Amino acid sequence: MIWIFVNGGPSHVDTWDYKPELEKWDGKTIREFAPEFSNTTGFFKDSVGNLMKSPFEFSARGECGKMVSSIFPHLGEHVDKMAFIHSGYTESNNHSPALFAMNTGLARMGFPCVGSWVTYGLGSESRDLPGFVVMSDPKGRGLPKGHAANWSAGFLPGVYQGTHLRPTGDPIDNLHRPATVTNESQRRQLDLLGRLNRPHRERYGAESDLAARIESFELAYRMQQSAPETLDIDSEPASIHQLYGVGDEKCDHFARQCLMARRLVERGVRFVQIYSGGMENQRSWDGHNDIKGNHQQFADETDKPVAGLLADLAQRGLLQDTLVIWCGEFGRLPVAQIAANPGRDHNPHCFSAWLAGGGVRGGVSYGESDEIGYKAAVNRVHLNDLHATILHLLGMDHERLTYRYQGREFRLTDVAGEVIQPILA
Amino acid sequence: MFGQFFVTTPVRFGIAVASAMCLVLLPETSNAQQRVSFNRDIRPILSDACFTCHGPDLNQLTAGLRLDVRDSAIGAAESGAHAIVPGDPAGSELLRRVASDEDGERMPPPETGKRLNATQIELLRNWITQGAEYQEHWAFIPPQRATLPEILQRSWPRNPIDHFVLARLEREGLAPAPEADRATLIRRLSLDLTGLPPTPAESQAFLQDESSDAYENLVERLLASPHYGEQMAQRWLDLARYADSNGFQADGSRDMWAWRDWLINAYNRNLPFDQFTIEQLAGDMLPDATHDQWIASGFNRNHRLNGEGGRIAEEWFVETVIDRVETTGLTWLGLTLGCSRCHDHKYDPISQKEFYQLFAYFNSVDESGVLENDANTKPLLSVATAEQTAELAKLKSAAEAAESRLAAAEQQLPELIAQWEPGFAESLASQEPIWTLLKPAAVKSLGGASFEPQPDGSYLATGTNPTNDTYEIQIPLQPGQLTAVLLECFPDERLPNQSLGRYANGNFVLTRWEAEWAAADSSEPRPLKVARAEANFSQAGWEIAFVNQGNPSKGWAVDGPTRRELSQAMFVLEQPLQAATAGTLTIRMHHEAIGGHNVGRFRLSGSTQPSELLAIDSAAAQVPPEILAILPLDASARTDAQRQQLTKFYRERVANPVGEAERAVAAARKRVSDFEAGLPTTMVMKEVQPRDAFVLLRGEYDKPGEKVTRGLPAVLPPLPAGATNDRLGLARWLVDRGNPLTARVWVNRTWELFFGTGIVKTSENFGSQADFPSHPELLDWLAVEFMEPQHSPPVAGGAPARWDMKALIKLIVTSATYRQASAVSPALLARDPENRLLGRAPRYRLTGETIRDQALMVSGLLAPKVGGPSVRPYMPEGVWDETSRYGNLRNYRHDRGEGLYRRSLYTIWKRTAAPPTMLLFDAPNREVCTVKRSRTNTPLQALSLLNEVTFVESARKLGERMILEGGQSAVERLAYGFRVAIAREPSEQELSVLSEGLQADLKRFDQDRAAAEQLLLVGDAPSSDSIDVAERAAYTLAANVLLNLDEFVTRE
Repeated sequence: MIWIFVNGGPSHVDTWDYKPELEKWDGKTIREFAPEFSNTTGFFKDSVGNLMKSPFEFSARGECGKMVSSIFPHLGEHVDKMAFIHSGYTESNNHSPALFAMNTGLARMGFPCVGSWVTYGLGSESRDLPGFVVMSDPKGRGLPKGHAANWSAGFLPGVYQGTHLRPTGDPIDNLHRPATVTNESQRRQLDLLGRLNRPHRERYGAESDLAARIESFELAYRMQQSAPETLDIDSEPASIHQLYGVGDEKCDHFARQCLMARRLVERGVRFVQIYSGGMENQRSWDGHNDIKGNHQQFADETDKPVAGLLADLAQRGLLQDTLVIWCGEFGRLPVAQIAANPGRDHNPHCFSAWLAGGGVRGGVSYGESDEIGYKAAVNRVHLNDLHATILHLLGMDHERLTYRYQGREFRLTDVAGEVIQPILA
Repeated sequence: MFGQFFVTTPVRFGIAVASAMCLVLLPETSNAQQRVSFNRDIRPILSDACFTCHGPDLNQLTAGLRLDVRDSAIGAAESGAHAIVPGDPAGSELLRRVASDEDGERMPPPETGKRLNATQIELLRNWITQGAEYQEHWAFIPPQRATLPEILQRSWPRNPIDHFVLARLEREGLAPAPEADRATLIRRLSLDLTGLPPTPAESQAFLQDESSDAYENLVERLLASPHYGEQMAQRWLDLARYADSNGFQADGSRDMWAWRDWLINAYNRNLPFDQFTIEQLAGDMLPDATHDQWIASGFNRNHRLNGEGGRIAEEWFVETVIDRVETTGLTWLGLTLGCSRCHDHKYDPISQKEFYQLFAYFNSVDESGVLENDANTKPLLSVATAEQTAELAKLKSAAEAAESRLAAAEQQLPELIAQWEPGFAESLASQEPIWTLLKPAAVKSLGGASFEPQPDGSYLATGTNPTNDTYEIQIPLQPGQLTAVLLECFPDERLPNQSLGRYANGNFVLTRWEAEWAAADSSEPRPLKVARAEANFSQAGWEIAFVNQGNPSKGWAVDGPTRRELSQAMFVLEQPLQAATAGTLTIRMHHEAIGGHNVGRFRLSGSTQPSELLAIDSAAAQVPPEILAILPLDASARTDAQRQQLTKFYRERVANPVGEAERAVAAARKRVSDFEAGLPTTMVMKEVQPRDAFVLLRGEYDKPGEKVTRGLPAVLPPLPAGATNDRLGLARWLVDRGNPLTARVWVNRTWELFFGTGIVKTSENFGSQADFPSHPELLDWLAVEFMEPQHSPPVAGGAPARWDMKALIKLIVTSATYRQASAVSPALLARDPENRLLGRAPRYRLTGETIRDQALMVSGLLAPKVGGPSVRPYMPEGVWDETSRYGNLRNYRHDRGEGLYRRSLYTIWKRTAAPPTMLLFDAPNREVCTVKRSRTNTPLQALSLLNEVTFVESARKLGERMILEGGQSAVERLAYGFRVAIAREPSEQELSVLSEGLQADLKRFDQDRAAAEQLLLVGDAPSSDSIDVAERAAYTLAANVLLNLDEFVTRE
């Protein structure tokens, strides 16, 4: 599974949730639209503007005729592979708690994230690589708010924690041996170790700890070989580079990460999460200021790479077994946020997401927001439902994937969650 | 004997039961004849499967049925049916429902994913048959001293602990393991008690000590070691969520190491656990509290503090207090009180109201609940040394002396000004002003702030302070020329920190400065590009040159937190504006870098002078218009205010004797404040008047419900007689003999230190959901013994005190149970995989801290100094920078020398970017209280041991020790290395494997001496040049193998 985490909160009405009604209401207050709605909604209560239509054109794409924002010329080609959810909602209006909620189901830190639950449930398929890998913004814009708690294993054993590839320098700490220790000489070291540890193992019978530790050295050794190879995308042909947009100044960084993601899942890594953008405001999709410029910029960074990833997975026959998700921590308001160039403020009441590949029915849309995209209205999808669906698509029953901690059984979906049947193939 | 006593699982439950018994093993035999125990057998089933809907949380109660209360369980439910009819299983609805095969009937409902198995149903049946007696949850009943059970193998026990353990083993038909060999015992004891391995000399001495008290003497020596306190403190730091940073976004530094020193010292001087508790929870409230007791009260200041812009103090105040309730509950009571924050507890009889009654003990501290500056937040205690205090007094009196000299000089001012004024007025008359004040028609904030015009032509921003504000200033201009614009930012008392910017610390960051010109006859504004920008001052890293560079996260800042002075920036236009007609100049100031960092009070001036002549110094030389207005007035016609303005101008701008005295005062005051700022402080508790407390609906700070007062959960005993109903009383209540939890929780946690797993496996939870103790009588016996010692051994010759931590530990480690070997037969392993019966010693992977400390110790690099501020060992250079973009914990640089080699508990701990190697080895991040660490084995750990600088450098130094201290032959040296690292003699076979490897490496490095030299460059510690390079490199690799051996990272 590959999760494109659209960090900062992408605006649904400017991306995938086409709202012709919003054009009519452009310039009017939200209370004129519906008197029960508050004029001071949003995180910044003193800079609420009027309803604002999307600055982008929408056009019908694919066989399903999905209306897609002009900022996604490439992704628009793949709408027949995607199942859209337009009625997602969450409870937190601030980045860190909303990120925690999207990743762990709970708005407080300290709980296991989806990737940890998935690797806990499925184990790792790769002999040489960690089962759960996270990539963050390599352009110096920082980590998503809440940092590593977003890929923490919480109370699950540490082995299920996401391996965060450092965006600069060595991607994994200590992956490189000291200069001059060669592969061969380290192999010999490990063989020595094995010969010394083995009698010990015999003495202690089948103690699983000891076996696990011996295996961990072997996996580490193999990782030293295979991780650099996997992450080295230069070996890919020029046509692939082109497909993802490697070398294209606007999106080179994200293209590289998407290509790495494909190489990782191809080699059996279960779960890859890539964050688009860094922290808040103009460093991510958090378009408080200038929604037009902000979303255009981040769409330019990701449109071609993600489209390339979908095309590449499909052409390799990997898409049917790989679930790809495009989703952030919340949506954005249909009203403007007052700024030099108008932006949009956080909106926990509604967001859009899409899923593709791995068991997903393409070309369908599930759920609706209200006419202006303020709140999820029809077939509302709670985070627990989204999580239940993800686990279902990966072959797990969210009610049975449990872990006992502090005397009770914990689940990713706590005590709720319904699988969204209509988007399943 | 084995076969004879081997109790098989009851036959009638068949295969399914047998396999369940293998995994769980704990429920002792439970056939129909035996009495079913509610606490041991029934409560865990009901709590796990039923209490969510039929338990203490009344908001979720279904069918009007509670199964945690007997009266409700045997009474009629809403349906009229009786869940339990004592003595009549067939008539009990509960039994019918749990055994039902129909989904619509069966309990728990299928959607919970829970279903009782045959064993559990049988237990319920037998229990109902036997009368369905309830017991209070065992952990809430005060412990009684159990009598020692009868045993067969009477020669085995060394103290009462062993009676309980052996009795259980014998009941299961098992026998204890033989005693471990002495080499293993000294390593085990040394690692357990001090976190460091024994030296070969120490091992040797113990092996040769044939006296009968050799073992006890060893325990005594280790308990007296200063490293004992370090080892014990290490575990307590996880509970105390100790860190060197404040957490959250900036995650800047704080200093709590004085508290850590107190902690280490408290363990070392064997402060009894009741005092240890009272001083940490309420040391500040003790009568005539000592300096040390004040420091101890910092325990509940170790939580995070939020300093984010836009934070709401009240919200974080609540979070702070809740953290204290949760931490205190987990640490002393073993209860997850946090569950009751939002609703009544699902499993334990703790209501939401009771949670907020506990809250009320912790909310009356003299604090705001949020981070107030970038370091320690009040209440504070100075922990300056006597020398530092004396030095401060000296500096203060020097400052006072300078102040009186200034006062004397000021007497001469009127005379000085009168002498200066005529000449100045004359020189002014002959000069054209460089800068002319620009008078705006409108000053707007796009974020919604307001502006108040000031008499000097400047504007003060007031009202809301938007996250990223943009100021738009419209200035009507007459036809003419404009070559540059001067922006002046003034310090103002009405601004935060009496400084220059609107952010709480008084700073601003200007990221873009745009100007455009619209002639009156044209509708199209024309942008005016800036050729150069200069400032009279820029904060380091925030230069004026960043303005308009297109990077919104960079801009011009002025060090508002410490520098409250006029800050000027001059923007020279690329092309001078030649306005043929009148029009409007629009200027926009953007603040995009950091939330709330907007300019506070500013003024704009324009110049017509050729740009070559403009420099920021000339800007500074500009004479303010108000002075120009005063000068022509006759001295007698001036108002007091005008005289003061002129005096101020004179003092600031003209070289004069008063200025010199003034600078001397400023310097002296700065020396005082700098010195004060550098003095160490530590955060402590300080009680003020009780504040109101409310039940918070759904746990949210802004939804207060019913008002509550301090009170204890009804399920636990009341305050002891004479205790006050405040935080100090609460602390005394925790360690009162009548408290059923504290002693049990603590002896269990101590047990966990030495056996890997507690007698209660869920050491983090003693509530209803707790695992039933493997040895309930032993747990209670130890708890009572801890509080009222009768059998505990003397420590350092002294009789054991009540709550004596060293005596408890000595009792445990001198037991035969502790001294067993850890080897295990496949049969026993299959029978008791988790070692809950204690028929052997446990073996487990050491913590990350101990593994690193051990590597430093065996390499000879360890700096054994105890206590003091945190240090910076090797960590990846970018380790701090990804999580925070500002704050003072960025740009990690490791120490040189000693700081690299201190024990790991002194490693600086930034919560959002904790030491990566420690996290790899399952250390918590210290964001919140953590009771238990998991123990995983991952390839990333292996990579760290194989390749990380600390371990490679340690291998290099251990290799040198082997050569220098080990003897002449390779075999002698390898054996020596083995003894140093593993604390035992290697076998023939082990030596031959090691020699084989060494010879191959020697050969290789002999041929490739450059490679050898490269390897020796890892780490800062100097290498012994006297030894051949190839030899040193080959021994480095041999030592690397030793440091990676399973035995090295394992406590056997």
